[in-house]
Amino acid sequence: MLKDDPLVLPSILRDATNSDSALKKFLNGLSGVDKVGVEERVAKLGTRSIKTTAKAEGIDLSIRMIDLTTLEGMDTKGKVKSLCAKAKRPDPLDPSVPSVAAVCVYSDLVGIAKENLIGTNINVAAVATGFPSGRVSLAAKLQDTADAVSQGADEIDMVIDRGAFHEGRFLDIYDQIQAIKHTCGAAHLKVILETGELKTYDNVKKASWIAMLAGADFIKTSTGKVQPAATLPVTLVMLQAIRDFETATHRRIGMKPAGGIKTTKDAMKYLVLLKETLGDNWMNPNMFRFGASSLLNDLLMQRQKMKNGAYSGPDYVTVD
Amino acid sequence: MVFEYAPAPESTKIVNLKSNYELFIGGKFVKSKAGSNYKTINPATEEVLSEIVEASEKDVDEAVKAARKAFKSWSKLTGSERGKYLYRLARIIQERSRELAVLESMNNGKPIRESRDIDIPLVAAHFFHYAGWADKLDYAGLGKNPQPLGVAGQIIPWNFPLLMLAWKIAPAIAAGNTVVLKPAETTPLTALLFAEICQQAELPDGVVNIITGAGATGKFLVEHPDINKVAFTGSTEVGRLIAQTVAGTNKKVTLELGGKAANIVFDDAAMDQAVEGVINGIFFNQGHVCCAGSRLLLQESISDDFLNLLYERMKTLRLGDPLDKNTDIGAINSAAQLAKIKELTNAGKSEGAEMWSAPCDIPNKGFWFAPTVFTNVSLSHRIAREEIFGPVLSVLTFRTPDEAIEKANNTPFGLSAGIWTEKGSRILEVAHRLRAGVVWANTFNKFDPTSPFGGYKESGYGREGGRHGLEPYLKAGK
Amino acid sequence: MSNIDVKRTAKLFIGGAFPRSESGRTYEAKDKNKNFVANVALASRKDGRDAVVAARAAFAKWSEATAYNRAQVLYRVSEIMQGRREQFVEELSLWSKTKKQAETEVDEAINRMVWFAGWADKIAMVTGSNNPVAGPFFDFSIPEPTGVVAAVAPENSALLGLVETIASIVVSGNTVIVIASESQPLPAVSLAEVIATSDVPGGVINILTGSYKEIAPWLASHQDINALDLTGVDKKQIALELEKEAATNLKRVLRPNTKLDGLARIKVFLETKTVWHPRGF
Repeated sequence: MLKDDPLVLPSILRDATNSDSALKKFLNGLSGVDKVGVEERVAKLGTRSIKTTAKAEGIDLSIRMIDLTTLEGMDTKGKVKSLCAKAKRPDPLDPSVPSVAAVCVYSDLVGIAKENLIGTNINVAAVATGFPSGRVSLAAKLQDTADAVSQGADEIDMVIDRGAFHEGRFLDIYDQIQAIKHTCGAAHLKVILETGELKTYDNVKKASWIAMLAGADFIKTSTGKVQPAATLPVTLVMLQAIRDFETATHRRIGMKPAGGIKTTKDAMKYLVLLKETLGDNWMNPNMFRFGASSLLNDLLMQRQKMKNGAYSGPDYVTVD
Repeated sequence: MVFEYAPAPESTKIVNLKSNYELFIGGKFVKSKAGSNYKTINPATEEVLSEIVEASEKDVDEAVKAARKAFKSWSKLTGSERGKYLYRLARIIQERSRELAVLESMNNGKPIRESRDIDIPLVAAHFFHYAGWADKLDYAGLGKNPQPLGVAGQIIPWNFPLLMLAWKIAPAIAAGNTVVLKPAETTPLTALLFAEICQQAELPDGVVNIITGAGATGKFLVEHPDINKVAFTGSTEVGRLIAQTVAGTNKKVTLELGGKAANIVFDDAAMDQAVEGVINGIFFNQGHVCCAGSRLLLQESISDDFLNLLYERMKTLRLGDPLDKNTDIGAINSAAQLAKIKELTNAGKSEGAEMWSAPCDIPNKGFWFAPTVFTNVSLSHRIAREEIFGPVLSVLTFRTPDEAIEKANNTPFGLSAGIWTEKGSRILEVAHRLRAGVVWANTFNKFDPTSPFGGYKESGYGREGGRHGLEPYLKAGK
Repeated sequence: MSNIDVKRTAKLFIGGAFPRSESGRTYEAKDKNKNFVANVALASRKDGRDAVVAARAAFAKWSEATAYNRAQVLYRVSEIMQGRREQFVEELSLWSKTKKQAETEVDEAINRMVWFAGWADKIAMVTGSNNPVAGPFFDFSIPEPTGVVAAVAPENSALLGLVETIASIVVSGNTVIVIASESQPLPAVSLAEVIATSDVPGGVINILTGSYKEIAPWLASHQDINALDLTGVDKKQIALELEKEAATNLKRVLRPNTKLDGLARIKVFLETKTVWHPRGF
């Protein structure tokens, strides 16, 4: 897991968060992002051909990186229970399939998830802070977080205040993240930028920095409730921000694209992006997660295909 | 290592190579009159691919005669009919694109990703674009009813074999000329496959003639008294000889020659895209690109940070089998070119520049050169002045925009340049003051059939692409 | 008492000044009846070199001038030509069959200058393009002057040919070194005086009198010249030699006997610059 040492920033970065204007100045001083260039780079990496051994490795790695997620208003204890079963043993007929990294639920269902994952290494992640819009008071966000933590959540997925971002109140976002981080205690904090509402890559880069400066353990693209959710170019911009942050602070931040990642082919593209941007240090579930639900079944079908040589079908994987 | 990519080679089964090829004259493959043969190889493996004719003076004469004969009827054909043949060519190229891409990579050494995603699609696009011009020549900028010149002798280089063929043949025949084209000595195969495509398209005999051979064959072609037009892409050295050869004649000439492009990165550039642009600028096609961004001009205040990013990025470049879909850097096209690259990089070292190469395994067979960067380079160093035509980047620094422009322009070449800054007014001013025919701002090495391409100064004259690219193949009508 | 005429010394025009040839040489210009007309400066290769220096120095500013400005400057030349119409007619009459012919040529020359002046701000519109590339890029091509141009003006169109040569080259922002008609040099000398008293910046137009056979080879091989206009070269062999020399630094060459209309002539001395930029936020 991630190191828990307190965030010690070089002085130039500490100064950046001294005031609203200092932070604004710092963020505006980050180099820009050229949309066409980012998308071109992603398209080029998208042509990487992942075959045989690499594909097999990539499939299992992807399974181990999944935050298996259910975030419906109609979620029930039963739903969470069967999700946990799937998380533990994704393919009932094949014990060689690894477990997923975590189960991700609303904060009121953390207890149920915890109960059903006893004796496993699978974490429970809770979305908190007025997910998905984040349009509640800070007090409510803190309470939401505290509730999830008290029920045993290992990871908290918070959303940033996008309204504040568009108003240019960057320090408010920073302060909120810090406050939530404080409330998290030992739980790891993933900060959702909701990139689909930030609209530009420049904004994504700025928001990534705010989150990382404020103490995020992970930065995460999306709630899954806003379109577009995770995209490869957005992920590349965030990965590059993570790289720059490591260069500046020697601190490694994790990455979680979430929403819209449905196929093995998608997952392989994310792994390629990760490998060629951040390298092997990030190629593990401690540093990279997929926020996904249907992705798992496609990975399982592809895994069956690689094992048996024949294409699988949806009836051969479970629908929990 | 985690998630190492397994080999993903493109199959060569799609290519049906003959053991030897004859000359394509008058719509047929014909035996050479007096020429000798030579072997063409795969530069990545040094395996012989096929045997090729070194066309003699007599062969060249036959080809020119065939083109002259075809000119009479081809130039009389209505533009719309000519256009339909070009559309056919474009479509067959699309249909046979994989075959062409694989063959291009086999004979040239370039990564299949590039031949598949860049070269061949652009080839088809070029024919498609000029197909539509054939019946619209009145709008080419030469007034009503412009006339074709006659027979065009065209000589192309080995770096983009089929793409350069398209740049030459498409506008020429769209305008009503007929052509005799000589592909480069080391990369004749896709041109010969294109000859088969001309047959498939039922292009009238003699409109396109392909003769193979080396410099001597090219010389016969340029000197032939019955050609009306010379179009050449290649080295400035040979371009000069051609310009001298056609002096005093009525032959029209276009020359697309060497370059030593500056890629200028300002402190406010979008850093990651600039790094990527620099990579693409110099390592695209192993740096075998006349418009390659071979001189990186870095603003001093960011040079260390930028170079660190560049080195890290270079470490991820994958050198190896051109047919592997994951290869970024393929083979150097020939032993001779590799020797030239080594000679210049050795000069760089001995002149005191600092050399760094990306760590990569060099295959045992074939011709290879690791992606390389020189720092501590002065403008007086050979590596800052001469075209290396390989994956070698020379880094210089500057302090002010004026200094950047001055250094960028301080070369006899003037083909292309790059600018990286997020400031619009700076882009326009720098682009304006650079003496180069193509300026890429916040991008690099982009090509399109609608976009005129060609150089200032010793990078040649004439433009290829778009409406401008038609003009060298037409004269004003009466 | 009759008044004694003050005769003009026919000098070179380099960098906006009127030097004698540095070689100190002159030659005798004779009219159509072989009568002595004037001693005219006989330019040397060093004068040619000085003219190149002046033309190169003037290039940056002239090519940067707005098209509107260049148009007005050239139009101003035509205004002053008009004022000197009688002088030009008189000079041309020394060699033309009839005075009427001389008048026609002068009027045409003035009109031609006006016509070219008007091109300055239209060249880019007509020869440039916006290129619809298949991708998210804004891509455009614009004409730019090629640089310093050396020209041999027609021998037998001493004013009109000279005006055509000069105007078609400088209108787009090039600077020029022009070798005037050797046998009929006076209109060129007068045109130099017109230019000197108009608003043309020094060095933009440099006029040499003398023998192109002597000077042109030095200009053809000069590495700081970008293009060569051989219109006035009447010897095939010399044209060939000059074109060969021009190839050493790949000068753009306009061969003799190339019949071009005005715009096509302008285009010979243009480069096309294509600029790409991505689109996106």
